[in-house]
Amino acid sequence: MSTPVLFDLPGPKARARIRIGTIVGALLIAGIVAFVLIRLNGNGQLDPQRWAILTDPRSGVPQALGEALLRTLQVAAVGMVLATALGLLLAVGRLSDHAWVRAPASTFIEFFRAIPLLVVIFALYFVLPKFGLEISAFAALTGGLVLYNSAVLAEIFRAGILSVDRGQREAALGLGMRKSQVMTLVLLPQAVRRMLPVLVAQLVVLLKDSSLGFIISYFELLRQARSLVEFFVPRFGNEYTFQIYVAAGLIYIMINVLLSQLAKYIERRTRRNKKAAAVHELPGVEDGPTGTPSRTGLSTTTT
Amino acid sequence: MQFYVDNFGLFRDAFLTTLSLSLLGGLLALVLGTLLAAFRVSPITPLRGLATFYVETFRNTPLTVVFFFIIFGLPQIDFVIGFFPGAVLAIGLYTAAFVCEAVRSGINAVASGQAEAARALGLTFGQSLREVVLPQAFRTVVPPLGNVLLAMVKNTSIAAGFAVSELSSLLPRLVNANAGELVLVLIGVVVGYMLITVPSAFALHRVERRVAILR
Repeated sequence: MSTPVLFDLPGPKARARIRIGTIVGALLIAGIVAFVLIRLNGNGQLDPQRWAILTDPRSGVPQALGEALLRTLQVAAVGMVLATALGLLLAVGRLSDHAWVRAPASTFIEFFRAIPLLVVIFALYFVLPKFGLEISAFAALTGGLVLYNSAVLAEIFRAGILSVDRGQREAALGLGMRKSQVMTLVLLPQAVRRMLPVLVAQLVVLLKDSSLGFIISYFELLRQARSLVEFFVPRFGNEYTFQIYVAAGLIYIMINVLLSQLAKYIERRTRRNKKAAAVHELPGVEDGPTGTPSRTGLSTTTT
Repeated sequence: MQFYVDNFGLFRDAFLTTLSLSLLGGLLALVLGTLLAAFRVSPITPLRGLATFYVETFRNTPLTVVFFFIIFGLPQIDFVIGFFPGAVLAIGLYTAAFVCEAVRSGINAVASGQAEAARALGLTFGQSLREVVLPQAFRTVVPPLGNVLLAMVKNTSIAAGFAVSELSSLLPRLVNANAGELVLVLIGVVVGYMLITVPSAFALHRVERRVAILR
């Protein structure tokens, strides 16, 4: 940290006060942690035998969680690819010169950004079958993620395309390129490079949202954990409940932290890269909760 | 139309549940988030570390997992919490991390001369933050903060998976209705969310214009 603006560097007295405060605070936090551990221990949750179930292949738990992790990643991978492709199409559609292309694309984007993702998933899962279109939990979850995130990604792509210097487009048109060539050869490559950090951040959000499968009984990590617990409870009571939940939660958090680190790495690299260095402040784009550009105010994302 | 009249009570209760989830969760998120932002710029290193840890953890945890830990995890250390208070807690704790980041970006956007002048006048860190920096920071962060809160309104739908009968939960609950009626339910749910988000977005826009600082 360079010289801070908000406060003077603490002098000797302030440093002593801070030190005392730190010790008291550390004791307080240690006390809370100890309290939690004691409670857990009192309930026998720290018994190593109980945790052994997570690593013992004979219990079937590691396999089940492994498969659930795979299913989570499957949804996320399929969702990411389809959402990016659809988002790109929508972005180009919204920037089209033809009103009959622009209007539907804009409506689609604004509609799906305005309603909760879970409602989209519910609509696919509960309402479609009423019209004779039976669809699996996997399809409903992936479909919801794709529809919702493609709308968000479209706005990211659009902001990126609009941020490319106007001269680029004019020069390309001046060279006699067709509009489609200008878009695919000149604008998109520059836009994507600029928007990469925001793009990856949004894809992390998509992965996080795949946990919504829990609610429609798609057997991703959380739902698998719940069903394992429901399987064990009649046999052993609540013996293993806590351990399985903690394992499922921690796996989720770990994948997300890894992907977020990747996003940060890409952002640093992009900033160093001279080709993308010309990034000026992009209009309305910021790495929100959400990581989404918002023009309408009525917008953004997500879990 | 008859369908909505018949089920008016159901829709009203669900809508009010979503509304109170949003208001209470938003309040908790705003208070906690601002406190965390103050921690993140404070002179005390451990407080900065604590707030950073909190934000990084909650930003990387799916909201469903936060719900999961609060509803199923807390009872394991003998804290039994109801579904509705649990939902408010989950939404508030989760959104606080994003509120913190928004407010912090606002604090960074306040011209450094302001803080320097406050210090030169002899204001302490707490005073300069309260009296000088935060009032200006809040004015600049109305749009991003609004986005965070609107996203939160949509996130309250996740409570449907944890036995809170808010708007989205109407769909699985009324799933035995016939096709036409279920579409009506869907429309009702979407309209319910719009009833919250559209006026809020409008109000936020007004506030934004009102408090904007000319620089």
